[in-house]
Amino acid sequence: MTEFTYLYRGRETSQSPEQMQKTMEKWMAWFKELGASGHIKYPGHPLEHEGKVVQGTRKTVNDGPYAEAKDVVGGFTIIEANDLAHAAELAKGCPILDVGGSVEVRPIQKINM
Amino acid sequence: MVAVLTRIFGVHNLALAEDVVQDAFCRALEVWRFRGVPENPSAWLMATAKNRALDILRRQRTARTFAPELGWQLQSEWTLAPVVEELFAPNAIEDDLLRMMFTCCHPRLPEEAQVALVLHILCGFSIGEIASAFVSSRAAVEKRITRAKKAFAASKKLLDVTESADFAGRLPAVQRALYLLFNEGYHGASPESAVRAELCQEAMRLMAILLDHPLGKTPATYALAALMCLDAARLPARVDASGNLSSLFEQDRSRWNRELVADGLKFLELCAAGSELTEYHVEAAIASVHARAARAEDTDWKSIVALYDTLMAIRPSPVVALNRAIAVAQSEGPERGLEEMRSIAGSDRLARYPFYFAALGELEFRRGRAEAARDHFREALALARSPMERQFFGQRISACERHDAQGMAPRH
Repeated sequence: MTEFTYLYRGRETSQSPEQMQKTMEKWMAWFKELGASGHIKYPGHPLEHEGKVVQGTRKTVNDGPYAEAKDVVGGFTIIEANDLAHAAELAKGCPILDVGGSVEVRPIQKINM
Repeated sequence: MVAVLTRIFGVHNLALAEDVVQDAFCRALEVWRFRGVPENPSAWLMATAKNRALDILRRQRTARTFAPELGWQLQSEWTLAPVVEELFAPNAIEDDLLRMMFTCCHPRLPEEAQVALVLHILCGFSIGEIASAFVSSRAAVEKRITRAKKAFAASKKLLDVTESADFAGRLPAVQRALYLLFNEGYHGASPESAVRAELCQEAMRLMAILLDHPLGKTPATYALAALMCLDAARLPARVDASGNLSSLFEQDRSRWNRELVADGLKFLELCAAGSELTEYHVEAAIASVHARAARAEDTDWKSIVALYDTLMAIRPSPVVALNRAIAVAQSEGPERGLEEMRSIAGSDRLARYPFYFAALGELEFRRGRAEAARDHFREALALARSPMERQFFGQRISACERHDAQGMAPRH
């Protein structure tokens, strides 16, 4: 088994409380399924959409990231899968896809010294 | 509330769960003093406990392990709040009570500890209340509970129940604990009152939860439920208007609770399924014979003697033998009853049991030996455990002195 990171991008805006509830249930179901099949290494957390961005050699601090909604990283999870193709296949169940978002699947790089 | 929190934190963190509940109550006292009691105080307490639990789960998620079967779900903000919300839902709470019942009744804990834990954790009784319910010292009860809690703290999973095999295996212990709890209320030796209805009510409340669970409703559980209903039906008549204990023979049967009798008979029918015959089956059957008799003199004593014979075969005890002897006396006369009483094996174990001497007294009295009867009642009086019992035996003594024959007083 190899470890991969899922970066969830995109977010749902202007939802009614009922929709929020539905979305929440979808995410719970998805995590429970991933967990039950033993693929969750570390569940990670959802992220607030705005914060600060620290940048450059001058270490400037700006509010941010102000990317387009579909590009904002909304959370992460670390999973275990056989290989990259398997990890990508598993990601197809993610509810973010239903609202036009994306899951970026990235193998965790092992640095050998 | 402790049951839900223990489900979330894990049984090894029982102390933490209790702290959170304590906290919620303290906060309630503070806030309610200024803002008044909210419309739904128990919902307020639940919400406060829930928020406090979330707080702890967030702050200590790396330092502590919580309920192992919830594992990663409590570590992540993706799942934490929804999972906790789910566990605080009313039907989940019932599940937790049931789970906690089975946790308290771990076979490695002694029976008295199991019952004490059920009262303490599930019914919210204080150490003092438990001590008075069981006529033991606060220190003894405290020790029992502390020991059990240490066993919980040491085990992450050991004392937890998640597998249905654990349920089935522990069900007899749970039934036994509920039986003891009910009996303590019904025949209890509490110094204040002879009948502690609240213990019976707690036992019946937990019983209802057990009956709601598919794995809980076995024939033995139905039998126990039947026994509780039929006995509880007589509670209103067990103490008369002036607060005196009233024997089965003198009870005003119109004060028996008809609904509970009907429920009891219904459960009795349900418990007949399957091949297992437990002491609860037999005791419920005996109670049903009494319940079916409109007047004391209509009682079918032959059936009762036969049922006591069965009970002696399944779970023999001097008290059962004593009750059997009383039934024999009813059906075959006081001489035969006395004969049976004298032959009870282990009757020295009855030497501190006031109703043994009371029964001897009644039988002697019936065969017209008032003086011998009075002496037995005096022995009973010396052993009486509550003012009500003392009053009851006192009345029998004066009856002997007046030579005024009445019924006898078996302990049903």
